[in-house]
Amino acid sequence: MTDVGTVLPPQTFTISRADLVRYAGASGDFNAIHWNERFATAVGLPNVIAHGMYTMALAVRVVTDWAGDPGAVVDYGVRFTRPVVVPDPDGAVLDVSGVVAAVRDDGLAEVDLTATVNGQTVLAKARATVRPPR
Amino acid sequence: MSLDQSFVGRVYPPTEPYEVGREKIREFAAAVGDTNPVYRDPAAARQLGYADVIAPPTFAIIVTSRAAHQVIMDPELGVDYSRVVHGEQRFEHVRPIHAGDALTVVVTVESIRSAAGNDIITTKGDVSTVDGEPVLTALNTLVVRGVSA
Repeated sequence: MTDVGTVLPPQTFTISRADLVRYAGASGDFNAIHWNERFATAVGLPNVIAHGMYTMALAVRVVTDWAGDPGAVVDYGVRFTRPVVVPDPDGAVLDVSGVVAAVRDDGLAEVDLTATVNGQTVLAKARATVRPPR
Repeated sequence: MSLDQSFVGRVYPPTEPYEVGREKIREFAAAVGDTNPVYRDPAAARQLGYADVIAPPTFAIIVTSRAAHQVIMDPELGVDYSRVVHGEQRFEHVRPIHAGDALTVVVTVESIRSAAGNDIITTKGDVSTVDGEPVLTALNTLVVRGVSA
């Protein structure tokens, strides 16, 4: 039985330009703001930024690694609040933590996720509904 | 610029079937750095009760963003794509996507609103197999930044 307040093991991800290129290829999102510094700054961004969907994919790892079965995630939503800027060559460091905010009558756990870069929140309303590990 | 409210409720034709392959799932899992064997090894997937390797929870974006582009690129709606940023994303799964699925998406315009000089469009993508089995619903919110913003 999972209790409200259960803390999931946190994870830290380093995001490099190469990661963004790989994600662009795998996802089919080749928007130049995710790999071309000249283009990104020309449209007013501080630098190349990560795909929001890449950050979303990394963040749910805290939930899928905890659950064991990634297919146990039945609902997952986020709001993108701040771009994840990825300088070259240093990259960005994403910290993700999760806590069980509610347990439904059907046993599914609602996990609230916190995702930050340099202490600043990059995802809001990040919540996954998941069948907890047995 | 305010977008035409009459687009709310508009339903677009089903997308061409997308065939989910094992190698595409492996490629996507590798791109998000996830080594879980259930994405790679059919035997590991079967052990969890799946017919074949399953896809990571956000894999569906490959099919649903393509489908949502029907709306964003609709010349009648007139969105300036260079000003579009991703606002929110949600996936409600009936079941995980797995290798061998042939998926089609029906996109509905859920809402169009304005806030702080931006246009905000939410589309819903109902994803099913070509045989009509529901797999997931994706809610995709895009923000069209105002010219002065």
